[in-house]
Amino acid sequence: MYTYSDFDRAFLRNRVAKFRDQVSRRLSGALSEDEFKPLRLMNGLYLMLHAYMLRIAIPYGTLSSVQMRQLAMIADRWDKGYGHFTTRQNIQFNWPKLRDVPDILDALAKVDMHAIQSSGACIRNVTADHFAGAAADEVDDPRPTAELIRQWSTDHEEFAFLPRKFKVAVTGSEQDRAVTKMHDVGLKLVRDANGAPGYEVSVGGGLGRTPMIGRVLREFLPREDLLPYLESILQVYNLLGRRDNKYKARIKITVHEMGLEQLQALVEERLPHQRARFGGAEQKHLSALEQAFTAPAYVTRSSDDFQTALASNGAFRAFVDSNTAAHKNPDYAIVTVSLKSHGATPGDATSDQMRALADLAQSYSHDELRVSHEQNILLPHVHKSYLPTLYVALRNIGLATANIGQISDIIACPGMDYCDLATARSIPVAQQIATRFQALNLEQDIGPLKIKISGCINACGHHHVGHIGILGLQKAGIESYQITLGGDGTQHAAIGKPVGPGFSADQVLPAIERLIYTYLDLRQDPEEDFLAAIRRLGLTPFKAALYGPKEAANAA
Amino acid sequence: MSRHQSSFSAKILTASDLLDGDVIYLNAAQTWTRQLSDAHLFVDAEAANAALATADLQQQTVLGAYLVDAATGTNGAPTPIHFREIFRATGPSNRFHGKQADLPA
Ligand code: SF4
Repeated sequence: MYTYSDFDRAFLRNRVAKFRDQVSRRLSGALSEDEFKPLRLMNGLYLMLHAYMLRIAIPYGTLSSVQMRQLAMIADRWDKGYGHFTTRQNIQFNWPKLRDVPDILDALAKVDMHAIQSSGACIRNVTADHFAGAAADEVDDPRPTAELIRQWSTDHEEFAFLPRKFKVAVTGSEQDRAVTKMHDVGLKLVRDANGAPGYEVSVGGGLGRTPMIGRVLREFLPREDLLPYLESILQVYNLLGRRDNKYKARIKITVHEMGLEQLQALVEERLPHQRARFGGAEQKHLSALEQAFTAPAYVTRSSDDFQTALASNGAFRAFVDSNTAAHKNPDYAIVTVSLKSHGATPGDATSDQMRALADLAQSYSHDELRVSHEQNILLPHVHKSYLPTLYVALRNIGLATANIGQISDIIACPGMDYCDLATARSIPVAQQIATRFQALNLEQDIGPLKIKISGCINACGHHHVGHIGILGLQKAGIESYQITLGGDGTQHAAIGKPVGPGFSADQVLPAIERLIYTYLDLRQDPEEDFLAAIRRLGLTPFKAALYGPKEAANAA
Repeated sequence: MSRHQSSFSAKILTASDLLDGDVIYLNAAQTWTRQLSDAHLFVDAEAANAALATADLQQQTVLGAYLVDAATGTNGAPTPIHFREIFRATGPSNRFHGKQADLPA
């Protein structure tokens, strides 16, 4: 893992000291709220429905056990003993007090963490494939690139006041687990015909009010052009992105309005100058970063115990089937720890769970943890011989739910239980669905299914790319849930289609049940998953299940 | 008959506390309370707007004051009309935190 340099540490200390001073000036009355608000937002501090909320960056979702333990300590000392992992691979604390925040930031800085770039119209905390450095299907590890982008974008003065926020995601695999097509810039590490490393660059993807799938701006960008090219994109966007209407200010609208070719031309025009400006120094740095992200010192052990447990223990086998993925070292596995036990709040972990996960990472995963955008925690490098012990340890802390990628592995944003911008709640909807399908004992039979829930049009819960998307709105003074079908956040990105009028809070679960029974009735065989069935059948039978045959015929 | 303007629906004044971000309400004594049941129900537009203007000047205590529609509930205390305000007065539904935990029942 990358550890901070003296430069990084001095920068952070300085930032925290500044914010401490700003808080004390706010408390003394020297700063008004109008003056203070942008300053607190630059440090990740939001005011939400019931309290302040501190959003802490976890760049590309990577944590050490020391960092995880510190998050647990913060949860206990200054919050209510838990944290919420988000779809941006961040963690949020829901109950900090204003006067404690500088101390929290100090505690974070001690473990090389911070809350900057988690708000505002800047380049946000960079995200990456949570399988990075471990996935069997990886072309190259995205983390050195992500770290380079983090360093380049942190405190980038020219891009501190962009037209709107700017999100970059990086993947190193063909299988896109980082939703790169729905980011302002999505990078995929690829090799050219001669095996030289580079990037496929997508631009203009985004969720929210106007969802758009990113388009390929450059099919192959040589590795050495990365920062000059990104700098060029950002310059064009900074200059030409709209500032007159915040709903039209993201780069997706710039691309849409000026056309991809025009953007390409403007970026290419700037590139030679930027290339000269960077002069290749950043490439030396990237090579150094690669050294920080080498593979762990793999252990060699017999996997006999693993094979025995697999053969004899059905619950363990179910866990392995659903919660582990192929590692690039065939003796290893990537373990996803579900934060979605049935009825739990998606993404929440208690301080005890965080500490236990830190211990497990230290013992069994070469001290590494990851946060996925699907609001789970990963142990990326587990030797298979450890899996039986790890499974028991997880079960003891209530974290062995074997439901990854299944109907109860739901993404849900905080919604109106916490979020100031929400139009409806998300969490209770997720809880109801998970609990109900567990009671029906249908989860295994249904198979792979991604339900994603947002509490407003901002789409933090990624509902547009859910196989089933649920968007909470308000209608006639009550919560109303709009359902979309057929969304996909992978390399086959698709935006879900709305099926019709919304459902009230007590009708949304029955509606989901009707969708699922329709799927189970109509699938060709159990191998055809929900998304495949939607693609084959279209929406009509599902609309009929939701609204009756007449509306479905009209809407078809 | 009524001295209320016919177009005005009753309101309470709410905001967030500067120090801990908690939801607060203006009470009849023109001070801030954490308890919805102590909130003052404005039945007159002028008084409500005047209270809001005053709140906007109290930057050292309150943040983001605004008026919300409310009515007298069955218990005799003011109750907001919109579900968002009912959640604010209660706390999150997934955890027993916030007002529901902090205030005497
Ligand atoms: S989608 Fe809306 S309600 Fe949910 S976290 Fe984002 S802004 Fe808040």
